[in-house]
Amino acid sequence: MIAVIDYGAGNLFSVCNALEYLNIAHVVTKDAREIDEADAVILPGVGAFPAAMESLKATGLIDVIRENAKKKPLLGICLGMQMLFERSDEMGACEGLGLIPGEVHRIPSEKVIIPHMGWNELVIQQECPLLKEIEIPLYTYFVHSYQAFCDDRNIVAYCDYDGKVPALVTDGGFVFGAQYHPEKSGEKGLQMLRNFERMAK
Amino acid sequence: MLAKRIVPCLDVRHGKVVKGVNFEGVKDVGDPVACAAEYNRQGADEIVFYDIVASHEGRGTFLDVVRETAKQVFVPLTVGGGIATVEDMRQTLRAGADKISINSSAVKNPSLISEGAEIFGSQCIVVGIDAKRDGKGGYTVYANGGRIDMHVDLLKWVEEVERRGAGEICLNSIDTDGVRGGFDLEMLKAVCARVRIPVIASGGAGKLADFATVFQETDATAALAASLFHFGELTIPQVKADCRGKGIPMR
Repeated sequence: MIAVIDYGAGNLFSVCNALEYLNIAHVVTKDAREIDEADAVILPGVGAFPAAMESLKATGLIDVIRENAKKKPLLGICLGMQMLFERSDEMGACEGLGLIPGEVHRIPSEKVIIPHMGWNELVIQQECPLLKEIEIPLYTYFVHSYQAFCDDRNIVAYCDYDGKVPALVTDGGFVFGAQYHPEKSGEKGLQMLRNFERMAK
Repeated sequence: MLAKRIVPCLDVRHGKVVKGVNFEGVKDVGDPVACAAEYNRQGADEIVFYDIVASHEGRGTFLDVVRETAKQVFVPLTVGGGIATVEDMRQTLRAGADKISINSSAVKNPSLISEGAEIFGSQCIVVGIDAKRDGKGGYTVYANGGRIDMHVDLLKWVEEVERRGAGEICLNSIDTDGVRGGFDLEMLKAVCARVRIPVIASGGAGKLADFATVFQETDATAALAASLFHFGELTIPQVKADCRGKGIPMR
């Protein structure tokens, strides 16, 4: 059973549609006990960082998520991935969950269109159970204006957008974050969600 | 590197695809959900649904189509036609659209762009534009499916669209639409030079090479076509293979 954290995130619906389609058992919840009992956790997210952190705080789940991240797979998606880091400066400084060392800032290039929107190719730097049985070239769907800045050892895959944009990150343990939307990345994106379910078992 | 996108557009009337789609393996050629699923299977980078009736009464049926599609299609879904208020936008996004496309309603009420962008984010507001040569070296914007001349200068309009926070422009050339002689490269170049937001080329695709040409000659980030794909004259994999062979990044 995968717990999908319910704090009003915009892509909750499409993440659940994908899980439903794949017959992956899941529960949409803000209940600490249900999260403790789940085999894995998904943190969705779309929108602005401070507002999302506020909503997440309001559920009282910050510590529950941090504790669960020590013992079972956690996948943050898009803004949910950014929230795994220590802080962001989107609309003023704001603390994140601090599960992966690093910060979130605006995409620095002056040359490219912001938001970074569309299908971009992942450059894979590390083996990762989420990428099992997925052929390259691997393009995934991105929509974002801010990006993570972190140590290379936390970057499983990045994409090039006039600079290195971390696409799939990890703490080296149970915590994973996808800057892109696996639920909108076609068959290969769906395979990542299947792989995540396997990790949960 | 960011890939260029190939986007099929499905016109829907009373819950059915207009004129039908000629796909092998799709029995009900008028079923928009089955057609969208087939495009998804073929590798479409995004799918556009357009409600051509856009009547108040038909709204529910149309949103049911969007809802059903979102359960089976896992690439971005853009939905347009008859979206005139923030509430329409909200309902369409709730039904499972990733982006909403507004056209005439934006020309008639430009603040709809800014309101939508503020509430839902720029990334989900696409402004569709139908434009035509004015005979004096410029272009003018039309409303109501290209029927009413709004006497608005295209290049001024695209600047306003960007300033108001639209995330994307879908530019349809009335002069080339349906002619099948290729996209309107001249108009696309003029618009791409004025804005930094992505521009989707629409209207005029008639043969395989037209897609590669629009990406080689202009800064358009996506190309949209309808009947060409529906009747099976070209498939999405064919178009992508041709572009890839010419060095254009494709998913």
